[in-house]
Amino acid sequence: MSKIATAGNKGKGVRSDCFIGLEITSQAGIQVECVSKVKALYGKQIESEVKEIAAFFGIKHAHITIEDSGAIPLVIAARMEACIKRLIDTDKEFLLPFLPANNYETAKDKYRFSRLYLPGNTPSLAINAGIHKPEGIILDLEDAVAYDKKFEARYLVRNMLRGINFYGTERMVRINQIPAGLEDLSYVIPHHVNLLLVPKCESAEQIHLLNEHIEILKKNHGITHPIWLMPIIESALGVMKCFEIATAAENIVAMAIGLEDYTADLGTKRTAEGAESFFARSLLVNACKAAGIQAIDSVYSDVADMEGLKINVLKSKALGFDGMGCIHPRQIKVIKEHFTPDAMEIDKAKKIIHAFMLATEQGLGVVSLGSKMIDPPVVKRAERTIQLAVSTGKLPADWRKEFLESE
Amino acid sequence: MKCKNFVVNAAGRRVPTIVNGQEMIPYMGLEKYKPSGRKYAPPIPTCLDYPSDGNKIVDSFEQALRYCGLSNGMTISTHHHLRDGDLVSNTIFDIAYTMGVRDLVWLPSASFPCNDPLIGYLEDGTINRIEGSMNGPLGKFTSYGGMKGCAILRSHGGRVQAVQDGEVKIDIAVIAAPSADMFGNATGAEGNSACGVLGYSLVDMLYADKVIVVTDNLVPFPCMPFQIQGNYVDCVVVVDKIGIPEKIVSGTTQVTKSPDRLLLAEWTAQFCSEAGLLRDGVGIQTGAGGTSLSVGLHFHEQLKANGWKARFGFGGSTQYMVKMLEEGVMDYILDAQAFDLEAVRSVRENANHIDLSVFQSYNFHSKGNYTSLIDIVILGATEIDTRFNGNVVTHSDGLLLHGIGGWQNCLHSKCTILPVPLFRDRIPVVVDELTTLCGPGELIDVVVTERGIAINPLRTDLLDKMRHSSLPIVRVEDLKAEVDAICGQPDKAHISDKDEDTVAIIKWVDGTVIDTVRKVLD
Repeated sequence: MSKIATAGNKGKGVRSDCFIGLEITSQAGIQVECVSKVKALYGKQIESEVKEIAAFFGIKHAHITIEDSGAIPLVIAARMEACIKRLIDTDKEFLLPFLPANNYETAKDKYRFSRLYLPGNTPSLAINAGIHKPEGIILDLEDAVAYDKKFEARYLVRNMLRGINFYGTERMVRINQIPAGLEDLSYVIPHHVNLLLVPKCESAEQIHLLNEHIEILKKNHGITHPIWLMPIIESALGVMKCFEIATAAENIVAMAIGLEDYTADLGTKRTAEGAESFFARSLLVNACKAAGIQAIDSVYSDVADMEGLKINVLKSKALGFDGMGCIHPRQIKVIKEHFTPDAMEIDKAKKIIHAFMLATEQGLGVVSLGSKMIDPPVVKRAERTIQLAVSTGKLPADWRKEFLESE
Repeated sequence: MKCKNFVVNAAGRRVPTIVNGQEMIPYMGLEKYKPSGRKYAPPIPTCLDYPSDGNKIVDSFEQALRYCGLSNGMTISTHHHLRDGDLVSNTIFDIAYTMGVRDLVWLPSASFPCNDPLIGYLEDGTINRIEGSMNGPLGKFTSYGGMKGCAILRSHGGRVQAVQDGEVKIDIAVIAAPSADMFGNATGAEGNSACGVLGYSLVDMLYADKVIVVTDNLVPFPCMPFQIQGNYVDCVVVVDKIGIPEKIVSGTTQVTKSPDRLLLAEWTAQFCSEAGLLRDGVGIQTGAGGTSLSVGLHFHEQLKANGWKARFGFGGSTQYMVKMLEEGVMDYILDAQAFDLEAVRSVRENANHIDLSVFQSYNFHSKGNYTSLIDIVILGATEIDTRFNGNVVTHSDGLLLHGIGGWQNCLHSKCTILPVPLFRDRIPVVVDELTTLCGPGELIDVVVTERGIAINPLRTDLLDKMRHSSLPIVRVEDLKAEVDAICGQPDKAHISDKDEDTVAIIKWVDGTVIDTVRKVLD
């Protein structure tokens, strides 16, 4: 009986990917048939790469067909390994070198205005994702990957975590819902993931279970850097348990809301006005602030409507959210621009901070601006605005010097 | 052998000095070659040989070609203003074939997919070779060694140079005219097949032995405003259709939707702004590619935001440039080709949207050129090497797939910027050595990729200005290292290294041979 496995994507519109068919045979060595648009330049390298991987797994006789649309080596390796793992039971992993540039940690309270969703089985979208400078990229193993592609997507996500330069953005993976998502962990935890998104989260127990598994893997692989969690609330039950989930573990840094699933669970529809989700969003923001973590809003799905996105971001910010997911690089700029303070907010904050500093310098107990008294929370908010403006490049760190000169 | 006596030129490329039996001068380095003597001139005609009633209309296209003496080995020129909707060029060779004429040289100003059927005539010997551009299947056919003669690729300006200094002698020029009168006056602005401007055919009008105007919209004398002067025209042919309107101009040219290309455009515009290149009174050229259109949109916004005006935009024109003109952020469009319907309309309606000829913009034998007056030129490339040399005609697998167009000519602007992806589907754009050299690195100032912007070390002024920029300014060597890390260093393409396998030569703007294209082996 011959054994055949396939992995990858092919067809019109597929780029930077390959589709591999592997049949383990009993004689004639390794036969490779390759159709590729880059064959003149990479045909030999593609062939020797798949042969090397076959040899690594001890395969001596096989018939390999490759339909390539310009896949880079780590993609070819992921496709090949997925084929092999479908046919052979082995613990061995074919790992390409870990890119030193990806060896960084992220801080618990780093800004997370925008994080870009990338379907975990679509390499063409991931290769250039980092250049658009979102605060984070999400390699998605959950809803963006078809059920029968989940197996192969894990190898691709693993290889992309190791080998694609994301230029300092926080490297996130959305695993599958717990408990199924626990299976994903061994493909991501050992490969320097910074944060895991936990979809359809409905209880603190899920987080505890997840952390137990993470700890075991961290210990086995000698991993010391933090791995943060961002639960996603996507159901009525999840919403009602927001605070319990937000405070379930120390490594939870943010919590997000997923409105498509949530509104479906309510039996209603998502509208532009968002009245149906106001309660949930507000509750989630409250739970997050009470827990001292960031609140992250749902994605805006019309990628062509930048004005609609802007309005959505401003509403979201007004509710108290700290960031939003994006599904297209074009959305990053709008999200960043409008989650960070605008010119008027910065201007007002500068005046308040200046008045506060003046009052402190003069030993006055009361801060006033013009004829108005300024309460401590107002100063605190202004401080946050200034801090945000400075760290996002909207205001120079030494703004006060210029401010004094202009006074 | 179609190419002989090979030497190594000043760019280090091995090139023939005899091509199709004609002597050629190897590239001598930038601005090194200056021919002397007098320009080529066509035979002296007299008005006595033409009907005094001004009616030069002949009964059929075939009759016109016979009248002009179509015979073996002649050079026939056409122009690409009808672009992919051209129904005239192929017809010439259909007629030649039925007449049994052989070994013709086709001198188009550019070719399009609609010209692919000519492969049949290249195979059967009706056409010996193309001197012009070869795109798509025609390029592939040439690359695999199908053409009998050696193809010669010239820029738009190089075509004029070759005609003016007599390197190319046009026997019959066929000018497809969207509107014409019986005398041969013609315009591109009116008619069913309106294409805007006819600037590429002016040199043929002046220098060809015989000139045929073919129109599907005969208007009473005088055809106004004419760009082609009937005084140079031998005969006029009226046909049902010269072109397919929807293929002549795209309904609309579109800005790229690719986020990566949009980023290139954004960085390019920001670069121009930070380097002080974009300013009040600027002259710009942005082309019709998706990325460069997006650069143009950024320019529009920035000019507007600063209360500045561009003095001129250099065409090809598009709806986006027309908008700049109409919104008052640009004084003039100087235009050699209109790419979309809005641009055609503007040429027709707006006195500040001006026809331009290649003589004014691109010609080596002109007393100065507009291109060197343009402040910012945005171009593309298939490959760029670490010395900023560029390739625009072949892909890295060796296949000839694009013409030079105005690319070489535009390199002479004050600042030439190439926004290009660092790789296309694993194929590096920044390379160690070009497959084909089309433009010397001295003229390419900035390469903008999604992984960093490299400034030509010769441009110390730009390096200084961008020293503190927030843009990712890198060395071109860094880009090369990064692309190799991502894609892996490619193997050598399967291209012959034998002289006898030369399938095309690439001319520099001065008429010298800058490189050869050799046969692709498969």
